[in-house]
Amino acid sequence: MKKLLSFVLFFLVGSMVYAGGYRVAIQGQRQLAMGHTGVAVISSAESVFFNPASMSFLDGKMNFSLGVSGILSETVYENQQYGIEARTDNPLGTPFGAYATYKVNEHLSFGLAIYTPYGSAVEWEKDWAGSHLVNNIDLKAIFFQPTVAVKVSDNLSIGAGFIYASGSVIFNRNINRTLSDTNGNRANITIEEKGITATGYTIGVMIKPIDNLNIGFNYRSKVSMEVKGGDATFENVPAPLNAIDTKFDSSLPMPAETTIGMSYQYKEKLTFAFDYNLTEWSEYDALTIKLESDPNNPSVNLRNYKDSNTYRFGLEYKATQKITARAGYYIDESPVQDGYFAPETPRNDSVGYTAGLSYQVNSKLSIDASFLYLQFDEIDNSYDYYMEGGVAVPFAGTYKSSVIAPGIGVSYKL
Amino acid sequence: MMANRFALAGGGAFNQPMTNDNLGGLLMGGTQIQPTRYVLSGSNLANLAPVRKAGTPTTDITNVLSGDFNNMGVPGAKSFHLLANGYGNVAGVSVGAANPYFVRFASDPNTSIIVDAVAQDPSFFSLWIGNNDVLSFATSGGVGVDQSGNFDPSTYGPNDITDVNVFGSVYQTLLGQLTANGAKGVVMNLASVTTIPYFTTVPHNPIPMDAATATAVNGQYAAYNGAVAAFLPPAEAAQRTINFVAGQNAVIIEDESLTDLTGSGLPSIRMATANDLIVLPASSVIGTLADPANPASVIGVGVPLADQWVLTEDEVGMVATAQAGYNATITALASANPDVIMVDVEAMMQQIANGGIAYDGGVITSTYASGGGFSLDGVHPTARGYALIANAIIEKMNMTFGGTIPMVNPGTYPTVYLD
Repeated sequence: MKKLLSFVLFFLVGSMVYAGGYRVAIQGQRQLAMGHTGVAVISSAESVFFNPASMSFLDGKMNFSLGVSGILSETVYENQQYGIEARTDNPLGTPFGAYATYKVNEHLSFGLAIYTPYGSAVEWEKDWAGSHLVNNIDLKAIFFQPTVAVKVSDNLSIGAGFIYASGSVIFNRNINRTLSDTNGNRANITIEEKGITATGYTIGVMIKPIDNLNIGFNYRSKVSMEVKGGDATFENVPAPLNAIDTKFDSSLPMPAETTIGMSYQYKEKLTFAFDYNLTEWSEYDALTIKLESDPNNPSVNLRNYKDSNTYRFGLEYKATQKITARAGYYIDESPVQDGYFAPETPRNDSVGYTAGLSYQVNSKLSIDASFLYLQFDEIDNSYDYYMEGGVAVPFAGTYKSSVIAPGIGVSYKL
Repeated sequence: MMANRFALAGGGAFNQPMTNDNLGGLLMGGTQIQPTRYVLSGSNLANLAPVRKAGTPTTDITNVLSGDFNNMGVPGAKSFHLLANGYGNVAGVSVGAANPYFVRFASDPNTSIIVDAVAQDPSFFSLWIGNNDVLSFATSGGVGVDQSGNFDPSTYGPNDITDVNVFGSVYQTLLGQLTANGAKGVVMNLASVTTIPYFTTVPHNPIPMDAATATAVNGQYAAYNGAVAAFLPPAEAAQRTINFVAGQNAVIIEDESLTDLTGSGLPSIRMATANDLIVLPASSVIGTLADPANPASVIGVGVPLADQWVLTEDEVGMVATAQAGYNATITALASANPDVIMVDVEAMMQQIANGGIAYDGGVITSTYASGGGFSLDGVHPTARGYALIANAIIEKMNMTFGGTIPMVNPGTYPTVYLD
């Protein structure tokens, strides 16, 4: 039994989870349209996410924002040496955000945010060339964040929130590059767990040093999703290997993010915003999966991510009383280093282009729409840490990825 | 594999007469005529053994497939069989005049393999024929006849060695017909039997013995040893002297090439040497009792290993001579035709047998079951082994014809199957 599990684990060396951005930065229709800036923007209840402190400066007694985007993503893999081409058939991703703020008095505000900052759904053709690394993965996480903000003065506010996260993961990949039953059905393992919970926090500071200029700071802590006793299921593994379904333990970091930024309003109509994010991906050095039936031989899958920077630029233009137009642009660095580029991580450095509109239906209600086009640099890279019989077998190729994400939402102010 | 690569360069569909199931084996009119395939079976990885996959085949050769088939490979066919009319006639199967695999997809019972191939007007072909012209002799431990000098293949038995001139004339005819319309093609030469695990897995000296047992067994052969010393010249007497020692010992084998003294009651036996090749299936015979009631009848010790289990040094020589002759013919005919390239499979198999060929997940060797190069019958390559050959072909095609056809990755093709 031990032997078998070592054998199976031995091949379990890719990653369990889509990474390189299983961060999904779509946390509000208005702010996404501005390049997902917002740490220093005072616009709507979306602020509960972007900077809890800015709740203090919102207009209404109560503010609500609700929005959802549809992520259409595709990755194409090519290997010219062997004439291989494969593409993903990813299901529609639907990150959403629901935010509410309530101003108790001049100095104290409460807020609640429910949002999906991490997640990934990648589905390659079953048994494709990289199926020993991943066939499909579906990672979901929902954050619930009760929040409070205190206005210290007209120039300064601070805020903080507690994060309760709930997540699930399903991941399937083949045991190795060739193992099958005698009918040729490839041997594979599925790892699945629902109801994973974790906690974290967020803090924010908003400073208004002069008229029309806001400076914001936000820190969102790491949230470590720990799996204990998830289901590990084998399929089509030949009988002599005695693969018996078991439980697994693992953990996945949702890394801390620090944001500083500013916004400047020009002649009441035009707002310019800039955000800088530092995401502490270096937290993710390896993915370790421990099967309950063989706890002494965990599968350690090197990731070796590095911290990554994102630079965001956004513009908002109040065209008329009814219409506000937004546009944005951002540069998102990949945390994946050379030689660690795995197909459940088909994300390279990218550039995002955003646009959006708000239509003010009446003084309380507006409809917000956004559009994101994320263009990844074409990249020739490889994952060099997949081992077969003690030999590293790199999985190399050219990856081309792109994402479009149209979104719609409403904002309501009382 | 190659057609799959050619498709990337604009090649068309590639139809194959696949079996009806993944069990392998054949039926003829409902009666099983070929066993199912080999799988490695066991309750865990430590006790695996090759066995025939359980189940009854569902591929009945009397259900003849219709249509053209791009893959005209027929297991067991010898060179001259490709020219033989009626080789796909079901009536000929039981008498050995037809091949059940060809019966299943022949366009007509009276056609030949080459006629069906040429009828498709191919623009490119691969021809790998001749292995069975020596292999059936070799795998049967040399029970057939070396037909060198006999130019009439219709008189050959199934386990005979084809005359090299017959082979040459057949090969020339085959190439002539395949290239008649201007087709280009690739031919492959033939591997030496000394490079395939069917002949290299069972050692000549698999018998462990302690000193006391050796002395006792030698005692039983004292009379035989004395007689051969008396009757035979010293060289053959020495060759035939039976002498077990403490440690690993050679098996005792029958050898029909020895001076026949059976009239005097002396069997034609000797101890095997490293130059004799014990065939793979002998592994399940050596060390067993010929007579379960007689503990002295251990096969290979008290009872000689029969002719069919051993390719003796002489027989190895016959096989090698024929194979060298065929390969010379293939090389000469290929080099005489600019449209035909030859891939040196013989050299490749030598390399696999002597150190192996590296691939991205390790080294492919000819070690039985675990080496990755050969399937469990010990004769045919695995898919991974065939991938090496496909790459050699593609490489040579690209070099000769100036193409850029992508290679296959051997590491992504399976080897033997566990069950």
